[in-house]
Amino acid sequence: MNLNYKVVCELIEKNSRVLDLGCGNGELLELLKKEKDIKGLGIEINQDSVLEALSKGLSVVQGDLDKGLEEFQDKTYDYAILNKTLQSTKNPEFVIYEMLRVAKKGIVSFPNFAYWRVRFYLFFKGKMPKSKQLPYEWYDTPNIHLLTIGDFFEFCKKRDIKIEKSVYLTREKSRSGFFIRHIANFFSQEVVFVISK
Amino acid sequence: MGNIEFSETKILKIKEPTTLKSGKVLSNIDIAYETYGKLNENKDNAILVLHALTGSAHAAYKHKDTGKVGWWDDMIGSGKAFDTDKYFIISSNVLGGCYGTTGPASINPETNKPYALDFPVITIEDIVDVQKKLIDYLGIEKIIVAGGSMGGMQAIEWSIRYPKLVKSTILIATSARLNAQGIAFNAVARNAILTDNNFNNGNYYDGENPSSGLSIARMIGHITYLCEEAMYKKFGREFKDSPSFDFGIDFQVESYLQHQGQVFVDRFDANSYLYITKAVDYYDPIKEHGSLEEAFKNSNSRFLIISFSTDWLFTTTQSKQIVNSLIKSNKDVSFVELESKCGHDAFLLEFEKQTKIIKSFLKG
Repeated sequence: MNLNYKVVCELIEKNSRVLDLGCGNGELLELLKKEKDIKGLGIEINQDSVLEALSKGLSVVQGDLDKGLEEFQDKTYDYAILNKTLQSTKNPEFVIYEMLRVAKKGIVSFPNFAYWRVRFYLFFKGKMPKSKQLPYEWYDTPNIHLLTIGDFFEFCKKRDIKIEKSVYLTREKSRSGFFIRHIANFFSQEVVFVISK
Repeated sequence: MGNIEFSETKILKIKEPTTLKSGKVLSNIDIAYETYGKLNENKDNAILVLHALTGSAHAAYKHKDTGKVGWWDDMIGSGKAFDTDKYFIISSNVLGGCYGTTGPASINPETNKPYALDFPVITIEDIVDVQKKLIDYLGIEKIIVAGGSMGGMQAIEWSIRYPKLVKSTILIATSARLNAQGIAFNAVARNAILTDNNFNNGNYYDGENPSSGLSIARMIGHITYLCEEAMYKKFGREFKDSPSFDFGIDFQVESYLQHQGQVFVDRFDANSYLYITKAVDYYDPIKEHGSLEEAFKNSNSRFLIISFSTDWLFTTTQSKQIVNSLIKSNKDVSFVELESKCGHDAFLLEFEKQTKIIKSFLKG
């Protein structure tokens, strides 16, 4: 199983209501349904992804996160997930506010742009970093708001958003807890946060 | 697949009087219906497919008398979206129609003449109530309802009216209510019929039909079923031959509309067109229940909603309105807008993607 999925899956309690924002082809929701008996709904902008997710028997609504979640009532979900989606939204701040309005907890994951390999790529090659995680060219990337672990901590602090848990992912391992943030920011390829407000 | 399947239209006769929304009472209602596939022992594998404005009970297979293929044959059959190997599929002609179910062309038992305009004005709610009698007669305990356009309105009403019975609802290219633009088109269509010299206040069954009015009504309909892009692709500005320098049929698009109009008058009753378009215009569960959330409040159904990108008669915005109200009331809902270049007609043409979506929804 994909390490990111495994981490997210472990963070979610059984039988909860989960809203997957930017659910793609529904792989994560399908896993959560199987492993955690969740009641889930996905939102996805891309028609082909919606079709794939529907074909897994999931409930999916085609929609644009940047337009908000107006139709959702406050705190109707236990978790809202932004799994590697935040960095591709037009207005990440608004999307985070909306996620925390409709769900009790938010799970946010993103590729860490301060990961040492990314830093070295930019430093030595002098070009926009590309990797397995960031496979796009600068001109065709959906990742229009790339960020670092440090950025996210600062973002949450300024808005009184509580970071309840942080799980740092390297290529093989995940590590939770509070070891020194700058080190995490340097060595983590990816991060998963649980946030609330 | 492979084998050609034949269908037969049956008639269910309802003796007891039915009170309509208007308060008027109709007795001796005939319901024309067809079924495909087999009802299981638990009587819970039934799917009611609901036809659009001018459809009939003949939704699938080849009709055993006429040889005609049903209007949703691409979607109903062995291995298809509505799989007859798994499901028992029911299709009936709507109340007020002219394909076997009681409508204005039927004989009024009180006068022994066609009802014509003595037929009471009917609503989508009445149409659904009459279908319910058929479903009860067939002994069905749980049902999936599916329809496009006006068929979708009936499906909405089914899930509102019979929340315990309906377990899944599939709404395609539809809306909870027509917007003013939609009502306007229907009004013009009705006006064309009402002002035809042969209309004779609806009593034309012994003489000439109001063909010219009905044909204009159908032409208007067809304009709204296409979209600019579809019209451009189909006809462009092509001439049939060369400019005639008179007011005959010059352009391909004119010729298409004229053909659609002519074909239609041979198969449809003008009075039915008046009654059914009126039922569509009147339908408004938002007004009826205060809000859509309130309307769907008791529903236990799962919902699948499909709209088409170029449909300007039943728009994606209108579909989203239904989706949003279902989300607000915490219902299980899926929604997709399919890219299409076919306008409103897409729901009858773009069956490949619909098949994929509906199949997985029914599995889920």
